[in-house]
Amino acid sequence: MSTQNEPRSDLVAAPSRLPKRELALFAALLVVVLGVYAVMGGAYSTRMLVEAACYAILALGLTIQWGYAGQFNAGVMGFVALGGFSAMLFSVPVNEAFWASELPGELGLALLYLVAAVLVVVGATRLDRLGLPKRWRTLIAVVVAVLLYLVVMSELRSVTEEIHSRVDFVGGLGLPAWTGWIVGGALAGGMGYFIGKICLGLRSDYLAIATLGIAEIIKAFLKNSEWLTRGTATVSPLPWPTPGPAELGFTLARALYLSLTAVIIAAIFFLLHRAYHAPWGRMIRAIRDNEISSAAMGKDINRRRLEIFVLGCILMGIGGGVLGSFNSLFDPQGYLPLNHTFLVLVMVILGGPGNNLGTIFGAVAVYIIWIMSEPLALFLMHFAADIGQAWFGWDSPGNLDSRALQARVFVIGLLITLVLRFAPKGLLPEKVKYHD
Amino acid sequence: MNELVFFINNVVIAGSVSGSIYAIGAVGVTLVFSIMRFAHFAHADMMTFGAFMVLLLTLLFPGAGDAVGLPTAVVMLPLAMLFTALLAVGIDRAFYKPLRAHGVKPIVMVIGSLGVTLMLQGLIRLFAGTGGQSLYVDDRKEILRLALPFEGARAPIVITEPQIILFVLTIAAVVSLHLFLTRSRLGKAMRAMSDNPDLAQASGININLIVAVTWIIAGGLATIAGTLLSLDVTFKPDLSFFILLPIFAAAIVGGVGHPFGAIAGGFVVGFAETLAVFNWSVLLRPFRDSLPEWLAQAGNLAFVGTEYKIVVPFFILVAILVWRPTGIFKGKVI
Repeated sequence: MSTQNEPRSDLVAAPSRLPKRELALFAALLVVVLGVYAVMGGAYSTRMLVEAACYAILALGLTIQWGYAGQFNAGVMGFVALGGFSAMLFSVPVNEAFWASELPGELGLALLYLVAAVLVVVGATRLDRLGLPKRWRTLIAVVVAVLLYLVVMSELRSVTEEIHSRVDFVGGLGLPAWTGWIVGGALAGGMGYFIGKICLGLRSDYLAIATLGIAEIIKAFLKNSEWLTRGTATVSPLPWPTPGPAELGFTLARALYLSLTAVIIAAIFFLLHRAYHAPWGRMIRAIRDNEISSAAMGKDINRRRLEIFVLGCILMGIGGGVLGSFNSLFDPQGYLPLNHTFLVLVMVILGGPGNNLGTIFGAVAVYIIWIMSEPLALFLMHFAADIGQAWFGWDSPGNLDSRALQARVFVIGLLITLVLRFAPKGLLPEKVKYHD
Repeated sequence: MNELVFFINNVVIAGSVSGSIYAIGAVGVTLVFSIMRFAHFAHADMMTFGAFMVLLLTLLFPGAGDAVGLPTAVVMLPLAMLFTALLAVGIDRAFYKPLRAHGVKPIVMVIGSLGVTLMLQGLIRLFAGTGGQSLYVDDRKEILRLALPFEGARAPIVITEPQIILFVLTIAAVVSLHLFLTRSRLGKAMRAMSDNPDLAQASGININLIVAVTWIIAGGLATIAGTLLSLDVTFKPDLSFFILLPIFAAAIVGGVGHPFGAIAGGFVVGFAETLAVFNWSVLLRPFRDSLPEWLAQAGNLAFVGTEYKIVVPFFILVAILVWRPTGIFKGKVI
């Protein structure tokens, strides 16, 4: 291979120079943020920064999957929704009416049935160890699974309908929000383990397809489980772990929340930085760059891939929890592939996959552009409609505003293709150090 | 007897309708997969784009259908296929070809196609709005009710005109694709390229031509699938991610790179969906007296509710990836 002799453009010497590019980009970002503060006022701008910070956590999750390991997760939305759901479930006040009735017992019994059914099915799949032919084992397992599924589902359905009609929904646990964030990370990680276990040994495209599917399924589940999430009726307000706007006023409360997210990001950043430069990080990158050679070195490729995929999903779950708590509203329909998957993707590939600093830069910069593009798109659309009416007598359709927002979908798509084409390594490329 | 008619209406007909649509969509996906080796996520929006072209043409020439005796949308289909095929080739030239020239990994092509899908979505919704629209602008949907010549069958079998057109077009598309792939020079070159791209190139096959032909076929098939879906229900600009999963599941079930496997996979997924959503207690109703009470009392014996329909293709996808990742017909691309 000729590439081995030529110096690679992305290699830098180990002694660090003054990071001019990083300084310039972050200085420009600071100027933009200050500009937004000057124009839009403190409360609005701080809210924007908090949301950008939450997105930065999601982007860090995606950057370790895509940048460190080359796995493409097309279902960030699902993991974000799981985090938001968990934040809601843990932090919302306890629903006394539910716990006072006999429903918790019935629900617990139905869930026990579910666990028992799962155990029976798992047992049925192990029947071949008792000497049963494999064909019979599969047949028995499938039949038992279908029957138990129907029984347990009808049991669960009757209990959940009862809950929804009598006490609205199960309510929360009344715990501090951060417990929900942690459990949200665990839930997302568990889901990631399930998906990764199935798809990571196969073609990389299959992971994208499966994650896209699981995201829609999670959304459908959260939307239709009225007994658990109130579905389209939404749950609000979600309490904050920091003092809320009622006590401190909007700007100060949001600034406090921002500092909390900044601490979380700093902790994640520090840990990821250490992991990246540790032998573990080198191993992950070696697997990304050349699977076969790292397998020949004795690395367990699928296990490492699963590790990093689950880690990324955990970060997305935590980020989703932080974002959900901040929005103070749990609305399953508010989770959109565009806002919660592709926006994060643009942040990562524009900022620099594999470069944590670049990812954080990308998250804040892209989020500001995204937020600012809404009034801009509306303005441009009305402008075009006015010109069309004045010059050509063209009657603009009524739902102009909703269509103007669709123009942003186009811009995000264009941005993805352009970045892949012209700046595949992002604005702050990953630096591969070499040691003489 | 009425229960059986109900079963035919709700499972046999509905299953073959969605099965045909998934099959035609999956053939396009699997062809792109086998020639260019990446999962083309923009396929669903190409379908929407094709249906949108049909809608535009139907609005322009609302009377054209009466002259032939078919719905206007079907008459406009060939023209829309042409436009969509041109769009597909243009997209390839503008966005995928530069990426291929850089020699990127397939997964980067996937992300590129996601960018394309968002662009198409944005454009379609910008011009078509976000609401649903019927493709029947000037003419109306004919519904045929076939009464069964049996005692006790009072309910008729209901089939609509677009569904009949759908079956005819599906068969025509499959047969012509089969003839193209097995008889024509280009089709054989395509198969050669999907088997071994390097060998195909070395033996003098024009890769660029094959890629262009693949996109033309994919675009044309996407138009057919999108239009038939819109004829059967309504034109919806925002179904892309919902239709994408069943189509990919169909392509993977059939074995990626296998056009005929994709057709089989499409019907597997389509029937699985309708069977899972079907309320089985309807079929038990005639035997109500002889059944144990707990079974006779069960009002809803559907496996999943209609709101969880998307779980079915996902479950099939997971099952096939666990048990047989190459698909039932041993696909070429693993």
